[in-house]
Amino acid sequence: MRITKYVITSSESDILPSDIAMKIYGSKYDVNVKETCFGVVVNGEEEVINALIEEIRSLDPAGIFIKDRGFPPGDPRRCRGRRGGGARPGFYMIEAEAKMLPMISRALAATGEVPAVPEKKKPLMPNKLEDIIKEGLI
Amino acid sequence: MAKVIVYPPTSMILSDLVERMGHKALVVSESVRKLATANDIQSPPLNVTPEEPKKGLRYAAVDVPSGVRGRMALIGPLIEEAEAAIVVEDPGWLTGCAGCNRTNELVRLLIRTKGVPLLDLAYPTDDAEARVFVQKIKTFLEALK
Repeated sequence: MRITKYVITSSESDILPSDIAMKIYGSKYDVNVKETCFGVVVNGEEEVINALIEEIRSLDPAGIFIKDRGFPPGDPRRCRGRRGGGARPGFYMIEAEAKMLPMISRALAATGEVPAVPEKKKPLMPNKLEDIIKEGLI
Repeated sequence: MAKVIVYPPTSMILSDLVERMGHKALVVSESVRKLATANDIQSPPLNVTPEEPKKGLRYAAVDVPSGVRGRMALIGPLIEEAEAAIVVEDPGWLTGCAGCNRTNELVRLLIRTKGVPLLDLAYPTDDAEARVFVQKIKTFLEALK
């Protein structure tokens, strides 16, 4: 079965989408590639894609992320060039998560003990607020 | 290798971390692919036929909006298949097939009531939280092996 995967690079990675595309062009694999601003979209037979993405991931194990995609690259049902512009529906999720990728990359690359995170301050509960108001009035 | 459902069901970070640890991430794009690339397109462009909301009846009542039932036709079978789950609460920016809050409530409920090992998290906001986030996922997934 043919499958499609996104290969997305962290903004702090030294690997550019064009580097990944060039690696795929120079590889032995028979796949379709589409370069985008955040990475590449690859489409091909499942076994081929799975082997290929492992090779791509080895370029920067902590900085390259893989995501599954339902539609093939350039599909007119999703491609903005055919829909009159605007981001395609799935882009917003990638955009939001891409902002976190540098943090996740650094966490994946980090070694040693994980530091304890101080507990965040919780918002004041209404009953506590009521108590404070009553105390102030008495 | 365990089948791990992730919530949000379109999350890149969660599905990538699950696959990195040698497990199979159950994501909604698999279900979408089956419909969108089927050879016998019955209902172009997305091949969502009246059968999909009927499949959703397994998870939601008939008076529930067809949008919820249609989404559940995609996500419900993934929940049934799941052997573990990772849930990130309130991401705040879900769109597309994950953009319906009623469906998301039902998905989270079904995951919790299924009784599989579950990891509850929040998205990190700084480096320290990101390290804890990754460490928790690693520990959870290693325990599944």
